[in-house]
Amino acid sequence: MNDPILEMRGVSKTFFGIKALHSVDLTVYAGEIHALMGENGAGKSTLMKILSGAYRPDPGGEIRIEGRPVRIEGPLGGRAAGISIIYQELSLAPNLTVAENIYLGREMSRAGLLARGAMREGVGPIVKRLGADFLPSTLVAHLSMGQRQLVEIARALHARSKILIMDEPTTSLSAAESERLFALIRQLRAEGLAIIYISHRMDEVYALGDRVTVLRDGRLVGSLDKPEIRADSIVRLMVGRDVSSFYKKDHDPEAGRGHPVLAAIDMADGGRVKGCSLTVHAGEVVGLAGLIGAGRTELAHLIIGASPKTSGRLELEGRPVEIRTPGEALEAGIAYLTEDRKALGLFLDMSCLDNINLAVLGRDAKLGWFLDRDKARERADRAFAGLSIRAANVGVSAGGLSGGNQQKVLLSRLLAIAPKVLILDEPTRGVDVGAKSEIYSIIDNLAKAGTAILVISSDLPEIIGICDRVVVMRSGHIAGEVSRGSHSPLAQEDIMGLATGMEHLDA
Amino acid sequence: MPDNAASEARPAPTTTNGAAAETRRQQVRGLISALGMLPVLLILCIGFHLLSEGRFFTGQNLGIVLQQAAVNTVLAAGMTFVILTGGIDLSVGSILAASAMAGLTLSRLPELGMLWLPAALLTGLCFGVVNGALIALLRLPPFIVTLGSLTAVRGLARLLGADTTVFNPSIPYAFIGNGSLTLIPGVASIPWLSVIALLVILVSWLVLRRTVLGVHIYAVGGNESAARLAGIKVWAVLIFVYGVSGLFAGLGGAMQAARLYAANGLQLGQSYELDAITAVILGGTSFVGGIGSIWGTLVGALIIAVLSNGLILIGVSDIWQYVIKGLVIIGAVALDRYRLQGSART
Repeated sequence: MNDPILEMRGVSKTFFGIKALHSVDLTVYAGEIHALMGENGAGKSTLMKILSGAYRPDPGGEIRIEGRPVRIEGPLGGRAAGISIIYQELSLAPNLTVAENIYLGREMSRAGLLARGAMREGVGPIVKRLGADFLPSTLVAHLSMGQRQLVEIARALHARSKILIMDEPTTSLSAAESERLFALIRQLRAEGLAIIYISHRMDEVYALGDRVTVLRDGRLVGSLDKPEIRADSIVRLMVGRDVSSFYKKDHDPEAGRGHPVLAAIDMADGGRVKGCSLTVHAGEVVGLAGLIGAGRTELAHLIIGASPKTSGRLELEGRPVEIRTPGEALEAGIAYLTEDRKALGLFLDMSCLDNINLAVLGRDAKLGWFLDRDKARERADRAFAGLSIRAANVGVSAGGLSGGNQQKVLLSRLLAIAPKVLILDEPTRGVDVGAKSEIYSIIDNLAKAGTAILVISSDLPEIIGICDRVVVMRSGHIAGEVSRGSHSPLAQEDIMGLATGMEHLDA
Repeated sequence: MPDNAASEARPAPTTTNGAAAETRRQQVRGLISALGMLPVLLILCIGFHLLSEGRFFTGQNLGIVLQQAAVNTVLAAGMTFVILTGGIDLSVGSILAASAMAGLTLSRLPELGMLWLPAALLTGLCFGVVNGALIALLRLPPFIVTLGSLTAVRGLARLLGADTTVFNPSIPYAFIGNGSLTLIPGVASIPWLSVIALLVILVSWLVLRRTVLGVHIYAVGGNESAARLAGIKVWAVLIFVYGVSGLFAGLGGAMQAARLYAANGLQLGQSYELDAITAVILGGTSFVGGIGSIWGTLVGALIIAVLSNGLILIGVSDIWQYVIKGLVIIGAVALDRYRLQGSART
């Protein structure tokens, strides 16, 4: 390969005594797509901000561009050094035209007047080169998200950047727009740009990456070349241990599976959910997979009575039940862990103690009204010990806890009612790796104790790792079910096939 | 994560200073929110005592302050319930007037006269429950609903007395308006109005801090959607808090009626809602809901009473009193913002 375009040697960054980056060495070549992966908080964004000039690295490290040592300082330092970053939230002014956005901060002027015409002409060739279907004079407000991304890329090219960093660029793009973006990224690679592509999505990394570098806890833990890029090797680097021990699954799906506990029959809400039926047995962990927008959360909301249903009925342990509100669901023993714990789950200003006891306050109350503070305290202490919630004490407000500990507090509230059915919606979203593993083992133990568990997750390795059986939804319908064979594990391809509707293609 | 643990175990000297400063800052912030405006109240009292050449801290003057604070304390206690859920009740002044009118009118009937007190309370409760029902069941914004009842109930109050002042010099239970509870005969006594206000604060504290309902009130104010998903009957909580606010406004009306032996539907309780809201906000209860305490409200109500009393004592003109009180309200909201910033999180 040719000479490296970007070399980082021993780059560290310390915030208030905590090292966010530990002596990172990163080499990027011209004409390669270099995927950068890592959990939240692994140090990806710190690294990126050092390259953009937003953060100054600790003294001692070195950054070289095309072999020359550089100091990247100030918000424009990155661009001056030839590095452009395209953030998740695009930084365009929607009230200005494409050309004005590309020239933002470096406007051309003639005799003190803005030279709009010249700017439009200057931008024309680049916009054409990207194959854009809009004009330099178009208002950015009229463009789709995909088109706006092109404007950002055009801005980078116009600044003659040699290194393009893209942070999860497909988050707000449709599938077709993503495909077009991938084609463009490959074209830019062929033109000799170096592209650092940050993403959580394995499929994108497979499709694009020439090399993958994984960060964990602020350290660069490894790089993989194209032939070595495989899900298990990436996950092993990201997690730092073998996947098999990461997803704990000791409960026995065959022998442990009991009677049907929850049966939802023909549930529909007249919109996002169109007649779905599913059954969960005692001691069973059922995954509910599907693409975002397939109606999984909506189905869960129907089951617990959080939104009104137009048809369908529920059976709990074989008996029909009528559930109209989340309160009735809790009384019946159906607990739901929301996917959005800050907006819909926790009371951030209230103590962990109150958050944990909230669902059982009425049941524990003395004389029907008065708080039983001893019982509440005991319950909170037990939850802290049992789920190893890390906080100074049970009295601190829930908002100050880390994502993983918040999730465990919320989970404790549900477990306080000793649910028969536990519906977990994205139980490990925004949770660090250590807490993830703990949550999996909590789920496993609950299944062992006979709880019927339904896990909604967009994280396929997670679903495969912890579930006995996976029900797949696609645009409001149950598309099918994937079961574990007696010897074969759940297959990721089968689930994706059902979720995307491509299951018949290879048949 | 062993790496992090290791790096935390051997922190650089500069960081210990940084961390210590941060801890100290948090402690100060915690102290500010725990003590709330109590230091301000004490400074005001001492300041007025010095400026008035020792006329503030006298048994007689303190009695007057407590008595003047009483009705507003009761209204502000009800307002605390409402604001803790993130709502607002603009109608308490009007409800107070209507309740006083209803009570006085009934007190003039010879055979039902003794019932005037429960009648006033019931009137307030009913108006409050109507407010709550409109807000909880029809999902109308509290500001709009209570702005409407501010006007409508004021009209009803005038209607009750045919737009005249109703007198009853021999109103039963008159002692609650003008009598005092003797603590030590000849030495210390406390006006019944203040006793009632303190009881209201105590009962409110009991409900807010020691009952299931209290936790539910904080929960609804902290995160209404989460409260609904947690199985809390949000509608019932809302009807309750507006009912309490109405009930306490009714009690305030009874207190005023017993004190004045008279009520006028047009004038009584005008803009009392503003003093009540000011007391709650001064007391550190967040306008957004979910954060606050009834003790803060008591301090807030006392600050307002001390301000009024002290400004008169030192001879500040009526006009300047308005200006100063207004600035205090703005200062209080600025403080509220600072408090929220302290607990802001992403």
